[in-house]
Amino acid sequence: MSASIDLPRVSAAEAASARRRALFRRKVVPWLFVVPVLLLNVMVVAGPAIAAVYYSMTDWNGVGPAKWVGLANFQELAADPSFRHAFRNNVAWLLMFLTVPIALSLGAASLLAPIRRGGMVYRMGIFIPYVLPSVITANLWRALLSPDRGIPAALTSLGVPGFDRAFLGAPNTVLPTIAFVDNWHWWGFLMVLFLAAMQNIPADLYESARLDGASRWQEFRDITIPGIRPTLVFMILMTAIWSFLTFDYIWILTQGGPAGASEVLSVLVFKQAFQAFRAGYASAIGLTMSILVGIIIGLFGILRRRGWEI
Amino acid sequence: MRPAAGGRRRREISLLPNHVILILLWIFAVGPLVVLAFNSVKKTAELGRNPLGFPRDIVLGNFAKAWEVGNFSTTTRNSGILVAGTVAGVLILGGMAAYSLSKLNLPGSGPLTLYLLVGTSLPIQLFLVPLFFTWKRLGLVNSLFGLILIYIAINSPFAIFLLRSYMIQLPSDFEDAARVDGASEWQVFSRIVVPLSWPGFLTVGLVVALSVWNEFLLATVFLTDQNLFTVVTSYANFATRFGRDWTLTSAAAVMMVVPVIVIFLSLQRRFVEGLTQGGLKG
Repeated sequence: MSASIDLPRVSAAEAASARRRALFRRKVVPWLFVVPVLLLNVMVVAGPAIAAVYYSMTDWNGVGPAKWVGLANFQELAADPSFRHAFRNNVAWLLMFLTVPIALSLGAASLLAPIRRGGMVYRMGIFIPYVLPSVITANLWRALLSPDRGIPAALTSLGVPGFDRAFLGAPNTVLPTIAFVDNWHWWGFLMVLFLAAMQNIPADLYESARLDGASRWQEFRDITIPGIRPTLVFMILMTAIWSFLTFDYIWILTQGGPAGASEVLSVLVFKQAFQAFRAGYASAIGLTMSILVGIIIGLFGILRRRGWEI
Repeated sequence: MRPAAGGRRRREISLLPNHVILILLWIFAVGPLVVLAFNSVKKTAELGRNPLGFPRDIVLGNFAKAWEVGNFSTTTRNSGILVAGTVAGVLILGGMAAYSLSKLNLPGSGPLTLYLLVGTSLPIQLFLVPLFFTWKRLGLVNSLFGLILIYIAINSPFAIFLLRSYMIQLPSDFEDAARVDGASEWQVFSRIVVPLSWPGFLTVGLVVALSVWNEFLLATVFLTDQNLFTVVTSYANFATRFGRDWTLTSAAAVMMVVPVIVIFLSLQRRFVEGLTQGGLKG
């Protein structure tokens, strides 16, 4: 064989393998970088989520075989008074979280936005509770709210009426009290977000409003709120979702008590799955929660399409 | 200069009510932590008479006792392993995926992004039950490694979105030059893109570390063996057992939150940036 015949053949093979390598590098290598995390995520999130849809229609106890029961779990759910009670608590909780912390953090952020010197000290102090673990916050406030040694006792001994009670022990005060504790930890985070958004509003908008003699309230309503609307609406949506799924504070402070007065859906899931060993029924509650969260997200989508500019 | 100075003075006068309200809110946020610090150094006898005020005698023995009784040497180790393992896993696996999504023109990146978005908005309560029983069958319950896998899976979508937004801003010149010189994509990733996007990695690392250190629900469900309790789940038990002894529970709480607050205060700009981005991106 002579070199003059060999040469083109080799280079053709080389070219083919180079093309293959380029194709490999363009199409396959990108996926090699994604596959590990994707596999893990499918194993932990997507797979079990799909399995939950199936198990919600079985009488599975978590270990043994699962028997298909159709929609029996959902029928039981619809008739279950503890489910309805927990759902009402979830709605009450949702309403508390959509009003109190949002109003508080909006107000504080708009007071803090014009402050230059010392603003950081306020911001950091108000944000600190957000970085604490829920067990610390919950137990700290359990102590502070204790009727014999906490703040209520101090106020009562000063003669302030209305504080001589166990806020976490009475069915009619327990839920707002836990919400208060959760909010203590949560509103600083909202405030920092709103503050960051407010600081992006051009200052001359305020200058000209002031020249026109606008009051503080008018400035807030006509400049601040429209200026931070994307952040505000997004955080209202996220607050709605997160607060609907709330678990930590209620579980740590009362485990749903006294006598189920502070039970919410996530607590029911936990109790049914890990205490009553009714994994199928728990999956049905979990699926119902996901559907309700989907409805919340869908409502926001509808409002947006209706032209609410959110 | 004159109008500016006048303007500033006018503004400061009108800011007085702001300061008054903000000081009250600041006290509302920080006050309970000050009480916690006070109580952590009181004698049990004093606490009964003075549960909210400044300590008269300062005793430091509460910390040693709480460390011992609360089994902190074990729980700190467990939490440390969970944090280190999760942060390392999220940064490596999430960083790789972010690199692929931002720099490698991944075919099918649209559906993948959608999958990650949907996955992050699913409530844990939906997949918790089947996940638990699957993990049990695989022998991954009561295993720090098993919980690390879950934490990595749950935290990485946030990491991918944040790191992608960092990497997308990097100019491609260095990478292209390295590719021409025959570098593999892994080398481009680990030698060029990671060092250039380190602020993003630091932010993700901090946020993930905080969320793992503080995590309660999954740690409660997946680690039921006392020797595997985290600082947080152990504290929940500890507080139930010694609920009446506020000096002890306060001392334990102070030991748990001081490292977090110190880290947060020293790196707070990165921290807030990461948390807000995490919040804003689901």
